[in-house]
Amino acid sequence: VTLALTEGGAGRPNYRNRRRWQEAAALSFAVIVLIWTLTPIYNIIAVALEAHGDVFTNDVFPSKPSLESFWIVITQGYWYLEYFWRQFENSVYIGVATVFFTIGIGSLASFAIGRMRIRYGWMVSNAALLTYVIPASFLAIPFYRIMGFYGLSNNLWSVIAAEVTFATPYAIFIFQQYGVSIPIELDEAARIDGASPIQVYFKIYLPLMAPALVAVGTYALLLAWNEYLYQFLLLSSKKSMTVPVALAQFLNSDEAPWNYMMATAIIYALPPVAIYYAFRGRMTAGLTTGGVKG
Amino acid sequence: MADVQALRTAESFSLPAAAPAAKRRSAWRLGLQGSEFTWAIAFIIPYAGLFLAFVAYPVLYGLWLGRDPALYFELMSEPIYQRTVVNTILYLGIGVNLKMFGALMMSGFFMRRGWWVKGLLLIYVLPWAVPALPSFISIHWMLNGQWGLINNALYNFFGIDGPGWLETSRWLSLGSVIASHIWKWMPFWTVILLAGRMAIPQELYEAADMDGATGLKRFTYVSFPLLANLYLVCTLLSTLFTLGDFNSVYFVSGGGPALSTHVLATLGIRDAFEVARPDLGVAVVMSALPLMIPLVILLMRKLHTTEVSL
Repeated sequence: VTLALTEGGAGRPNYRNRRRWQEAAALSFAVIVLIWTLTPIYNIIAVALEAHGDVFTNDVFPSKPSLESFWIVITQGYWYLEYFWRQFENSVYIGVATVFFTIGIGSLASFAIGRMRIRYGWMVSNAALLTYVIPASFLAIPFYRIMGFYGLSNNLWSVIAAEVTFATPYAIFIFQQYGVSIPIELDEAARIDGASPIQVYFKIYLPLMAPALVAVGTYALLLAWNEYLYQFLLLSSKKSMTVPVALAQFLNSDEAPWNYMMATAIIYALPPVAIYYAFRGRMTAGLTTGGVKG
Repeated sequence: MADVQALRTAESFSLPAAAPAAKRRSAWRLGLQGSEFTWAIAFIIPYAGLFLAFVAYPVLYGLWLGRDPALYFELMSEPIYQRTVVNTILYLGIGVNLKMFGALMMSGFFMRRGWWVKGLLLIYVLPWAVPALPSFISIHWMLNGQWGLINNALYNFFGIDGPGWLETSRWLSLGSVIASHIWKWMPFWTVILLAGRMAIPQELYEAADMDGATGLKRFTYVSFPLLANLYLVCTLLSTLFTLGDFNSVYFVSGGGPALSTHVLATLGIRDAFEVARPDLGVAVVMSALPLMIPLVILLMRKLHTTEVSL
């Protein structure tokens, strides 16, 4: 705007040229960003579409694309994949349980700290915050040992415990921030009417917190679904494994069937991507958001 | 955009989450009485139990496992460990800063108007939306010297024989790992910084425009001062998360060639589970504490005193 003003009428075409040039520069930059972003993703799809022998060729594009690998995965037609659907179920089970416990434990704690203002509540908040900033992978070794003490080795519940442990601090953080926007007068009114704390929690707090619950639930689900290290350490048998652990198992074989592996990877990645795009707006509700850990 | 809305709401909470201000009221402000106190305790118990059983106990147990000073002398004399420390420093120093600076620039780019910019943003966040594992395995295969997509493309389009990215040289391999990490996480921080930029009131830019601040000046005198705090907190947080990043290194280079690209997070796991020396593994991780503790203290302070929309 300034430019156009100072240069006056004579500068107009010049200004327009400049705009056009800028737009062209932006577009070419966009092309670079696209290539950078999509190359690894293109590679997943291209390899998944190749026939078994074609993986080891020098083609950039699959010569005769086929959906055969997907069929092999779905029908569990390869020995690395013999329990694929079982493993998929395990992932879903862990995800759902993580969401349930993260929301439950996190919202109860936030209610006691933020609404009932329990004494020393700030200590709980700080403990949660501290857990959030400590990298989960740094706790993995003692965590693994302790699961042995608890008798939870190779048990889905050990993984659920881990995922809930690392998702709850974020939940408390978001719930407390969001909770401030809910007028405390509602609690007061309910209390005067004789409601007990548990009634206030269920009838006032939870319904009004719905957007934050959705945000945290999505976060916890994606965290549990995408996490690898703890699931790898804590689950050892083929039947108790989750999809990411099974996927990484492929790498152990000498000549990995890359096309089956990538087809598995696509089937594994589709649900979180769909959820991500569906809840994108909500996900950033608290804005630290996440996938961050893991 | 919903993101902006969210940020605005978040910003209007002037109270930091973890520091309950005395001003805030509670329906139970006269103190919890009788059964109410019991309820409050009952509400807090699940989290307290979770924290004690799965955070406090592992932390203390870890400290106990890594208590012997001899472990640290053993580590110091190991060439693999020495290389790992250098790698970790490079990984953090280069990886985090490139990623955050890139995210800052990209967030500026996505402030442009136009439908294709919005479409590009949707594609640009894909690496963040896709789980880490498939992408990193794909990158690992893509960088294979003999059959990988990158070298195939180099050969088919330019007639160049590409190097074995992960098999031949430590620096190529480490560089590939850092690039993969940036690929995966830059979109996330771009979205955060973009929301930060969008929360800057338009009037400020209009005023700056009046005063003749355009282009670079607009950035250095308006955008950056307002984003600086958010940028700092994000960088600190990202440093901690990157320090704990296991997947990028483990799946892209696997620590190879010849164990030369491990970072502390992966070497700790390797020592504990492949070499079967849990005490040594814990010592590897613990040796990051001198870096971690100041970062955590700084970050906790920042999170308390700012309303950085986190």
